[in-house]
Amino acid sequence: MKSLQALAKDGGGDNLILQTTIRLTVPFIQLFGLYVIVHGHYSPGGGFQGGVLLGAAFILIALGYDLPTSKRHFPVRTNAILANSGALIYTGIATLCALLGGYFLDYSILTRLLPIDPIEWRSLGIFLVEVGVGLGVMCIMLSLYWDMASGGQMEEGL
Amino acid sequence: MIWQLDLLILLMVVICAIATITIRDLLGAAIVFGAYSFLLCLLWAEMGAVDVAFTEATVGAGISTILFIAAIFRTTRRSKD
Repeated sequence: MKSLQALAKDGGGDNLILQTTIRLTVPFIQLFGLYVIVHGHYSPGGGFQGGVLLGAAFILIALGYDLPTSKRHFPVRTNAILANSGALIYTGIATLCALLGGYFLDYSILTRLLPIDPIEWRSLGIFLVEVGVGLGVMCIMLSLYWDMASGGQMEEGL
Repeated sequence: MIWQLDLLILLMVVICAIATITIRDLLGAAIVFGAYSFLLCLLWAEMGAVDVAFTEATVGAGISTILFIAAIFRTTRRSKD
């Protein structure tokens, strides 16, 4: 039985059928991930599941090609910025609600910022929070894979 | 809720679980664990817990299998015991 490292070194990443399949399916996986995030507040799914789907699409590129190609499609710097801004969107909206006089994550108080119906603010607020969760989960899943596949060096790996 | 379908899927879940801890090849064990997660997802969807099934399908069958493969890549493929 050949070891995985030897298989990866033999040019296992240059399979034409695999790469074409990945190139064709990744846009649809990303579209489905966006659908799950956007429809998360009134159907199964949500920020976490949609973020995992988006992250899995980028991990699929890293699996079928190699780590440098994956880093060219989604730079490490962008990954760090998006992951932190996702967490910032979540805590920012939640703290804003608290600062305006409501409870933590009580979106209906945001009607003091933009005067629309409090019921509509509840729907919009949970949507904004889920966008933040999705961004954070997508970037953390991808960087988890990068770190595990390259042993923390981020240079070469699976 | 169809109890015959429940029983069939549960039987396959148990078979996959026993296969996962018996197989010596770690890569094969990771793949069988992915199949186990997918069957568990089917069981939960059939029982009506669609949100849990969705999380199981994305995290259990998708990401954790890939992370297991990435971990096996850093070690040897053959289990010692």
